[in-house]
Amino acid sequence: MIKARVTVTLKNGVLDPQGKAIEGALGSLGFEDVGQVRQGKVFDLELDSADPGTAKQQITAMCEKLLANTVIEDYAVELL
Amino acid sequence: MKSAVLLLPGLNRDRDMIAALTKISGEPPVTVWQTETEIPDVDLIVIPGGFSYGDYLRCGAIAARMPVMEAVRRKAQAGTRILGVCNGFQILVEAGLLPGALMRNASLKFVCREVRLEVVNANTVFTGRYRQGDIIRCPVAHHDGNYFAARDDLAKLEDNGQVVFRYAEGTNPNGSINDIAGIINEAGNVLGMMPHPENLIEAAHGGTDGEALFAAALEIAA
Repeated sequence: MIKARVTVTLKNGVLDPQGKAIEGALGSLGFEDVGQVRQGKVFDLELDSADPGTAKQQITAMCEKLLANTVIEDYAVELL
Repeated sequence: MKSAVLLLPGLNRDRDMIAALTKISGEPPVTVWQTETEIPDVDLIVIPGGFSYGDYLRCGAIAARMPVMEAVRRKAQAGTRILGVCNGFQILVEAGLLPGALMRNASLKFVCREVRLEVVNANTVFTGRYRQGDIIRCPVAHHDGNYFAARDDLAKLEDNGQVVFRYAEGTNPNGSINDIAGIINEAGNVLGMMPHPENLIEAAHGGTDGEALFAAALEIAA
């Protein structure tokens, strides 16, 4: 079995109102050093596969087809 | 002309849409469940609003990958008129039938109120009963209506007259880029819009500004 982690983040230049709200909340908690906050998503996947190469290919296809909206989001695949 | 309404779990404006289509066309639309792989021969397919799949992952993302959407894609390519309202619009962009994406409202708040829409392009099969520049009333009810498109896509939409509705000045409820409320595909047969024209079609709604959209799309004699 192969375990993988997919991280989906908003592309540069895409406004992130949720990140902004979190940024404001951190500031009001006294974390004054906080600059920009961007919110993203993490997916942990388990694949019934033995070949890391094939697994990575499959997960990339999953990102392109469903996990990320490539109009506004970037993704990164990491085999654990 | 005949119409169909798609049904997906979590949609909640389907009955409003069915009532509107029935009133305006004189016959009830056929309903098509998400697992169907064929859609009967109709002239207009409507994807209504709601929260398909609980808005999990991204609004419309899961619905856009259901079998029925492949049938919608074929119908769209064949020229059938397709209208997506609210979650229906989100599903159409997630399915790649319209460009761009719909993001969380800039205010982070769900907005449920009436807005004013400018008819930016009255030369479409959906808006031919309005006049260019008309300001119409229309309710909105959404949390993720903040339209975004990459710079090139946006320029193309604007240059081709694919922006059909804009929130009238000062009424943009969600931070949508260029005040975009509704767009049409390049071929001119797939329209997506966040506001709900089906909720302003009789006096009891407080107005009938939405009626002309369905009357045009269904070519009901004026």
